[in-house]
Amino acid sequence: MKEVILKIDGREVRAEEGMTIFQAAKKVGIEIPHLCYREGLAPTAACRLCVVEVDGSRTLVASCAYPVANKMVVRTDTQRVQEARKLAIDFLLSDHPYDCMTCEKSGSCRLEKYAYEFGIRKSRFEGERHDYPIRGRNPFFERDYNKCILCGRCVTVCHEVQYCEAVDYSERGFATKIAAFFDRSMQETPCVFCGNCVSVCPVGALSEKAGRFKGREWELQKVPTICSYCGVGCTLVLNVKDGKVLKVTSDKELGINRGWTCVKGRFGFDYIHSPDRLTEPLIKRDGTFRQASWEEALDAVAEGLKNIKSKYGADAIGFLVSAKCTNEENYLLQKVARAAIGTNNVDHCARL
Amino acid sequence: MAFGSGAMTNSIGEIRNADCIFVIGSNTSENHPVIALEVKAAVRQRGAKVIVADPRRIDLVNFAHLWLRHHPGTDVALLNGMLNVIISHGWVNQSFVNERTEGFEALAESVKDYVPERVEKITGVPAKDIVEASRLYAQSANSSVLYAMGITQHATGTHNVLALANLAMVTGQIGKPFSGINPLRGQNNVQGACDMGGLPNVYTGYQRVDDEAVRQRFEKAWGIALSPRPGLTLMEMMKGIAEGRMKALFILGENPVLSDPNAEKVKDELKRLDLLVVQDIFLSETAELAHVVLPGVSFAEKDGTFTNTERRVQRIRKAIEPIGNARPDWKIICDLSSRLGYPMNYDSPQQIMEEIASVTPSYGGIRYERLEGLGLQWPCPSIDHPGTPFLHKDRFTRGRGKFHITPYAAPPELPDQEYPFLLTTGRVLYHYHTLISQKSKGLAEIYPEGLVEINPDDARRLGIKPDNGLVEVASRRGKVKARAKVSDNLPPGLVFMTFHFKEAAANLLTIDVLDPIAKIPEFKVCAVRVKKLG
Repeated sequence: MKEVILKIDGREVRAEEGMTIFQAAKKVGIEIPHLCYREGLAPTAACRLCVVEVDGSRTLVASCAYPVANKMVVRTDTQRVQEARKLAIDFLLSDHPYDCMTCEKSGSCRLEKYAYEFGIRKSRFEGERHDYPIRGRNPFFERDYNKCILCGRCVTVCHEVQYCEAVDYSERGFATKIAAFFDRSMQETPCVFCGNCVSVCPVGALSEKAGRFKGREWELQKVPTICSYCGVGCTLVLNVKDGKVLKVTSDKELGINRGWTCVKGRFGFDYIHSPDRLTEPLIKRDGTFRQASWEEALDAVAEGLKNIKSKYGADAIGFLVSAKCTNEENYLLQKVARAAIGTNNVDHCARL
Repeated sequence: MAFGSGAMTNSIGEIRNADCIFVIGSNTSENHPVIALEVKAAVRQRGAKVIVADPRRIDLVNFAHLWLRHHPGTDVALLNGMLNVIISHGWVNQSFVNERTEGFEALAESVKDYVPERVEKITGVPAKDIVEASRLYAQSANSSVLYAMGITQHATGTHNVLALANLAMVTGQIGKPFSGINPLRGQNNVQGACDMGGLPNVYTGYQRVDDEAVRQRFEKAWGIALSPRPGLTLMEMMKGIAEGRMKALFILGENPVLSDPNAEKVKDELKRLDLLVVQDIFLSETAELAHVVLPGVSFAEKDGTFTNTERRVQRIRKAIEPIGNARPDWKIICDLSSRLGYPMNYDSPQQIMEEIASVTPSYGGIRYERLEGLGLQWPCPSIDHPGTPFLHKDRFTRGRGKFHITPYAAPPELPDQEYPFLLTTGRVLYHYHTLISQKSKGLAEIYPEGLVEINPDDARRLGIKPDNGLVEVASRRGKVKARAKVSDNLPPGLVFMTFHFKEAAANLLTIDVLDPIAKIPEFKVCAVRVKKLG
């Protein structure tokens, strides 16, 4: 890769040919504000927030898509740049509901963040506003296109990560919106409900149904862990408040899945708080279960196993470890079988 | 058996850099969706060639350069055919074969009869496609095989896997980045359960119980005499129960009543036990039969590690307290062991992992403080070892790679006059082994019941309505009722069912013939008849 040397905000930056200005700036710790750009996705250059001045260029350029060149001189923080960014936010706010007080994305919404940082209390522009019905027939997420800023992230994810092509831009001009074909509900599309579009939406247009009105972003404890479904081992982030897992999100900085998940990982977690969970030990007498204390239940198991061992030998006892439990638990259970009982009758359901 | 370890030879992240990806017996998009993203990225971003071998038109067929629609249960014939083509066209990687393998001559002799024209008759795959698939696989710079239960859940499952190993070794498509043999494991920690000695013949890290030196080491570490006799597999335990030799079973978080072949028989056998203990988070079909049920906790309620399909040991972290009076499973096991006269005193899962590392060479360098970030891939023998992204770099675990002869045998039960359809089973995207996905509201709403997928021509002939007509599917072992889903993803004569739902449990129908070596049941092929009900 050829190296190019450019100047960003007076600093000499060494970058590789083919990099964008945004990436080169990030390399030396200069953060450029942005809404539509997301690392790992092709830039759509839609939001105009990442504009910068480049010497010799008549207009401001979108740093997310503009490639670096040797001896280029870039300014990311001039008054002209700041005014252009403020104007971009102002335009977006002119057609955006002011319902941050009940919006699930409040606290993580990027539009809210920049409106705050630019100190825009109310848009200067009065004009037509969209009034789309909220779409949410599917059980997993809601689509409120009144909040959509047409950044195109969801479209890019659906086309270039999931290769599902369930949503795209439709209509033109002010009427432009993101939609499934013929504006159908998601169940009628090839959508596989991976929810990766929800994870990249920078505003409240796409949001999980889970955890709605149960906790604000800043109240949620974020616990990164590994998914409990298949063997891929995706990293998920459990969003917890008051001892409850309210929703599952993902983080592009974490895990081999780099923030992508499938429907089970992102939306299939509410078994954790299912009312059908076992909460007490049970002992069966005369064909029916009754609740027991831990002491009683563990004694019954231990006595039972000891009796069978003394009567029939250790090899009359078998243990099935679990492909769902942890390494530590499986290690301990096979150790119980081999050391405490004295049998190698240990297996699991991997063959099934 | 061919290389010396049972795990993905490469990393998930390497898939997108392969030039040819051969997907056989894996509906990756539904069962390992995030790995499917890597396959799709390889095709769309790098122009990789994908070969899909599957009787069903699975999602990845839409991304494939070549689709080999072989008849279910004819995998070995197909693979032997590819070996034949590779040898007869001179596409063998001779230096790899000479330097790293043994038994090539005998293999070459054994596949001599598998000429493409004959294989076409067995598998239904056109001879020219067999040749093209062989060329692509052998001649691409880096070829990777992805397979799953579609390969192993057959009476000839072991031969299927060995035939894939033959293919990789003949072409030298193994032991380097982006090339290898990659079984995709179905459950979050099935790899770890095997690694941890959850098998009758090995301790942790696949150390054999009948190896004197190994056993002595474990006896010293655990401070007690150990049995040198390999134990029984699950299927053999079931047989032991039937014969009255097995009296007690302790089941941790598994539901064999639903996941076993011939489910009714399993249920009857479990009822004969003097003591059945089930430790789980739900009262599963298996737990209902138990004498004692111990409530464990979900992954959100405990600390520990899972090992994924690419051998990566990763941390799970406690997010909430146990629900109700349930207890973390590791604590329950410790309490039980102490009551059995073998005290276990651990403060934390971290401490347990330190013990695992001390007795397991491949986990020797695993420590919790090293698992922040992306975790570590075993083998990781020492505290300063960075882990191993791909296996068999300069030598196979067993030394030289061994070619095994894998003759084709037809599936044990094929359609006939009385049972004219071939049933194959699997999972769907929205569900998982058995219970947990159904206890998740959204997943249950979007895919609420088990369906029987059937070809439109067959459906029309039987008068089945295209939108959810009720049918009865019967085999020689049992029958189930379910709604039909008419789908041209299936060829005529084939029906597909899931095993997720107890109301329509496909495993009431499947045949309990085992692969003689791996003892894996034949889930993928049996004969059934289909009758319209509603």
